[in-house]
Amino acid sequence: MSTTTTTPAAASRTPVFIALQTNDISRSIVEAIVADNPEATVAEFPAMIKIDAPGRLVIRRASVEERLGRRWDVQELHLSLISLAGGIDETDDEFTLQWGARA
Amino acid sequence: MQVDIKTTNIQPIRQTFSHIARRLGADKAASRYQEATLDMQPTTNWHYRPLWEPELHVFDVRRTNIVMADWYAFKDPRHFYYGVYTMARAKQQEGVDKQFEFAEKRNLLGALDEATRESLTQLLIPLRHYEWGSNMNNTYCCAYGYGTAVTQACNFAAMDRLGIAQYLSRIGLLLDGNQAGALDAGKAAWLSHPAWQGVRRVMENLFVTKDWFEVFVAQNLVFDGLLYPLVYRHYVDQVSPRTGNALALLTEFMNDWYAETSRWVDATVKTAAEESPANAERLTEWVRSSRDEVLRALEPLAALALGASGSATLAAVRAEFDTRVGRIGLKP
Repeated sequence: MSTTTTTPAAASRTPVFIALQTNDISRSIVEAIVADNPEATVAEFPAMIKIDAPGRLVIRRASVEERLGRRWDVQELHLSLISLAGGIDETDDEFTLQWGARA
Repeated sequence: MQVDIKTTNIQPIRQTFSHIARRLGADKAASRYQEATLDMQPTTNWHYRPLWEPELHVFDVRRTNIVMADWYAFKDPRHFYYGVYTMARAKQQEGVDKQFEFAEKRNLLGALDEATRESLTQLLIPLRHYEWGSNMNNTYCCAYGYGTAVTQACNFAAMDRLGIAQYLSRIGLLLDGNQAGALDAGKAAWLSHPAWQGVRRVMENLFVTKDWFEVFVAQNLVFDGLLYPLVYRHYVDQVSPRTGNALALLTEFMNDWYAETSRWVDATVKTAAEESPANAERLTEWVRSSRDEVLRALEPLAALALGASGSATLAAVRAEFDTRVGRIGLKP
């Protein structure tokens, strides 16, 4: 992201994560997350996929729609959601996980 | 007694089919669309040539002048394979059915003034035959095209056209209380009204066009690209208030469908154009010739639909079309 100059090293930022069920739709979501969050790491479990990111993790509607090939409501995320950690900021276009006060 | 619950992680030996993995470059999970599309069409082990065209195979890339190194370079941005397609349309059908039920219950189109009813009969109802023609053309592309990536989407488009034709028929039946008089009058207009003869000629010429990709471009990009905005946007906007806006309600599907399908058509033509300058040149030529022909055919229809402003509206539709084609990367 563009604020790299002021962002502290990855290890010093409180990690957030999101865990999704493994299915056809969540595969597109995961692809979108990986594309939008270069620092995110993906861990696969039986029937579950967990994505960890230092500090902040964002899911963009436009990126998911592009991979899914149809309109996608950010709320549809909850159909695949298992668990998450982090403060949630949800708009029509983005679903963001981040601890503490927002910049 | 203590029970320990352990989990065992069993890795599947394969993530997807080998032929999909070869295309993806690695054995990784593929989407349903990819699995239901890539390399579905048979390519080898032909025992018999078709009797009706023994110099070619049943599926043969030589049926068009467009040359592609890989016919699976085409991607449907909607990711339609049979399952997703039918579910998407079933959902839309439910919505449209509700609109028709509503219009029927309130007799919204039954009590129109004579001029409006006449206008709808002469302009909207004959489009049933246009839709049937486009069904034929898309079916042709499916039958003689190459590669499931294109042909399956053409077949979906063909079925969509039958659906639209049915909606138009239902509008016709609403106009005269299921007497079918409007449908007969619409057919008569398609066959003999001077304003329709140009459109009918272009359509019937497409029936005997041999190159399936040319048919694809002429029908789905050019013909629809000029006729749909003219009729379903400009004409419907103009006449809809006189129907208590029932017409806008009942033709909403056509607008939604056109917007959705344009994405696929644009992506398909763009992929072919980007493949090689020779393809781009050929596509440009097809777009230019069929655009001019279709515009000539639509001129009297625009005048019939919109009166004095028909010509100016058609020019606006053309300008919009040229911008769209420019975005695809063609300069006709």
